[in-house]
This record gives sequence, structure tokens and C-alpha cells, in this order.
Amino acid sequence: MNFPKELKYTKSHEWVKIEGDIATEGISDFAQEELSDIVYLELPEIGTKVEAGKAFGTIEAVKAVSDLVAAVSGEIVEVNEELVNAPETINSDPYGAGWIIKVKMSNPDEANSLLSAEEYEKFVQEEH
Amino acid sequence: MAKKTPYYDKHVALGGHIVNFGGFLMPTQYKSVIEETKRVRATVGVFDVSHMGEIEVTGPDALRFISRITVNDPSKLSLNQVQYSAMCYNDGGIVDDLLVYRLKKRYLLVVNASNTDKDFKWIKYNVKENVTVKNISDDIAQLAIQGPDAEKVMQKLTDIDLSKIKFYWAREGKVADIDTVISRTGYTGEDGFEVYFNKTYADKMWDAVFDAGKEFDIEPIALGARDTLRLEMYYRLYGNDIDGTTTPAEGDLMWITRLNKTEFNGREVIIKQKLEGVKRKLTPFELLDKGIPRHGYDIKDDKGNTIGHVTSGTLSPMVERGIGCGYVEPEFSKLDSEFFIDARGRLLKAKVVEAPFYKHGTHK
Repeated sequence: MNFPKELKYTKSHEWVKIEGDIATEGISDFAQEELSDIVYLELPEIGTKVEAGKAFGTIEAVKAVSDLVAAVSGEIVEVNEELVNAPETINSDPYGAGWIIKVKMSNPDEANSLLSAEEYEKFVQEEH
Repeated sequence: MAKKTPYYDKHVALGGHIVNFGGFLMPTQYKSVIEETKRVRATVGVFDVSHMGEIEVTGPDALRFISRITVNDPSKLSLNQVQYSAMCYNDGGIVDDLLVYRLKKRYLLVVNASNTDKDFKWIKYNVKENVTVKNISDDIAQLAIQGPDAEKVMQKLTDIDLSKIKFYWAREGKVADIDTVISRTGYTGEDGFEVYFNKTYADKMWDAVFDAGKEFDIEPIALGARDTLRLEMYYRLYGNDIDGTTTPAEGDLMWITRLNKTEFNGREVIIKQKLEGVKRKLTPFELLDKGIPRHGYDIKDDKGNTIGHVTSGTLSPMVERGIGCGYVEPEFSKLDSEFFIDARGRLLKAKVVEAPFYKHGTHK
């Protein structure tokens, strides 16, 4: 399982990449492997306000349906529309082409409370 | 503590995601539910079903006894024939669904893993005839080899002419030089076999089957795909679709219920329901909207009234849409009736269809 060092993580298994005040969010390798066979996504519109810790969409695999939880608060500035027709991209490339939304952060300090790669890896191992 | 089948270490080594299923540590998937489903439909796959329960009934009154505790008619069975049936409580609620094998000198009842202890107690409690009932589950390993190429794989391992075994028939004999009961049965809708043998030979059988199946890209298949395969055929899952609170009349199982038998547990209630009608009926449906129906979701009419609930649902890898079944009021169970599945607040349009959902199964 892969936990890229340059990313931050949540306990609900999302990752974020911070570049300036833009946070790109997706789900972790662990999450995609647990879900497997991702078949549908319900994604918000550009301009939607999201709040850290709150659901902004759903991800549905054959096995289960889960909420997508915002890692940081702000306004959605980009949505990965490619995923609507090819949700399995998240399974094959969770940290790359499988990114889900980009958020313009309203409170960049929130990113400090996210987990580092080491912390997240430890969390996953303890949980499972 | 959760039990393990003799194949537990293999499941782990193969990367299976392990869960506690009915008291057994079993894999839900190895690679992917969709890929595993397609493997069985395309060539052949192998399921460890050693968790299933096997209960042996012997003695001069075995037939009469089994007839009294099951809804189907075991007197119709010839030697080596197999029958799908169910056991009911006296109030018509289903104790379990099961297979009844008529073998030389004995009957074998194959029951659901999580129900084995409950079933065994219930069966013993019902004995008043001259029979001996024995739970042999802990000694028996079982593999299901399923798919259009299953016969070609298994024929390599036995002198029994498998082409002579018809659907829902069995034979006792050597497979991979191991004593077995082998039957042309399964839970997938594909052609295939279920093989029962002493668990001492678990590894030997596994290796022989996978060697024989190599040229057909044989793969192990876990419970996730087992569920999509069985639901594509609208085969019931005990605990979801039927249970102690539902009767064969409600569970759409009248096709295995022989009301002309003079005595069996639950008969009076089932006859009454047949005459007066049921208040709810298990009904197969397909989604017209994109989405996946899931166990526990409400079923609603076009005014938003709850008219039932989903008992099983999935995305069918073969039909490529949401399929499922659930209990609804009888007026909504008619073919082409439409209703809505409440998927976490999103209403998905669904239509009652004719089962099975997947129409191209190769089972004989």
C-alpha cells in the first residue's frame, strides 16, 4: 500500500495536496482498495462551499456506499468530471488521475491538523 | 471465537479480504467482485464453501422424517438425486433453506453455515421417528467449481462420467483420488459442481482442481462475487431475503412447497396464506435509474409512502445495472410495477422484472 509523503490525510481516508491556497482532494490507496470496484460518484457543482469534516458527495462501490468528506473548508473551484464516466480511475490511480475536487481554502490553518503520511499509515495499521 | 475452514491460510495468502461471515473467517474478495463474477460466467472459478453445514440422516424412517421437516417432497428423489428445499417452523417462518441429497443408505442435508447449530437443534427436536441425525459439518470440506468450463476441469480428476450427471444429481466416488460426494449443483446459475470430502484432503483437492483448471484461467472466487452471482439468478440468501419471520409464500418459494403432502411443519399457515393471500411478497426488481439498491433501503410508492424494504441489492456486473429484491405489498409485486428505492434520500426508479436477472446462465 502506498502513502505518498508529500500528501496530508484524514481519518476518513481522504488525501489532500496543498499548493498555495488550493487543496486537491482524493481518497487514499487504502480506501480505494477497501472499497474496490468503484462504480458511481456523486459530486458537487463548482462553487459549492464545503466544510472540513462534512460530506460533500458520495462514492459508491459494488460492495458499499460511503460519504466523501471534505478535508478542509472552502469553495470548490474544480471537479474531476472525468470520473463521472470513469470512476474506476480512482481504483487504478487514486493519487493521480483519480483526484476528486480542488478547494480554495477559506482557512489554510486547518491543513495543520491533518495527518502526515507516517501518522496516517500508523492509523491504518492500528485500525485494521 | 470465529471458526476457520481448512482453506483459511490459502485465503490470506491469496490476498483475500477476510471478514467474519456467519461465524467463519471468510474472504469477501481476492481481486475484485466484478472480475471474479465475470471469471465464473466466462470460464471457471472455485469457491471454498467448507463453512456450509452437513447433517446426515439415517435410519428406516429417514424419508418420512425429512418429508415432515421440509416443504419440498423428498419422496420424489431417486437415489443420487438432489432437491432444493426449506425447513419451516410451525408458524411457517423459515428455519433455513437447504439441499437434500438422497445417497446410498443416507440422506445428506446441506444447510447454511451460520444456521448449522440452530438447524441441528431444530432437526433433533423434531425427531419422533426411528432416525439417527448427525452433524458432520466439522469433518467436511466443500469446494464449488462453477462456470461453463467446470465439467472439463473436473473430468480430468475422475473416472466418473460427469456428462451423465444431470443438473441436481450427484454421485459418490473418487475425485483426485479422494472419496467424495460430487453433485451438479451450485449457487451461480452456471454449470458446475459441488464436491464434499473429508477435510484431511483439503489441500490435495484444492491443488488438483487448480492444476486441472490452469488452461481455463481458473481462479478462486470469494463471497462478494458469490453474492452477485446468486442475486443475478434471484437465488435467496437466508438472513437477508428469507428468515424466521418470512414464510415460503411470502419469500416467493411456493415452487418448492408441496402442499399436497399431508403433513409438514408450517403447512397450515402456508395454506392459509395461499388461500387468503400474503401481506407482502419478495419481489425482484431492476433499477431504471443509475445507482445500487442495498439491503435495508426503503421501497416507496410515487407518493413517498413506504411500501416495503430491500433485502438484497447490488450492481449486476453482467446486466450492468442495479438489481435487487425486497418485500413489497402484493399489488406492487406484479411484473412491470414501478416503485422507488430510497438510496440515502435519493429516490431511484425501479421496475419489477422477471427473474432471473441474468438470462444466459449455463446451468443444465
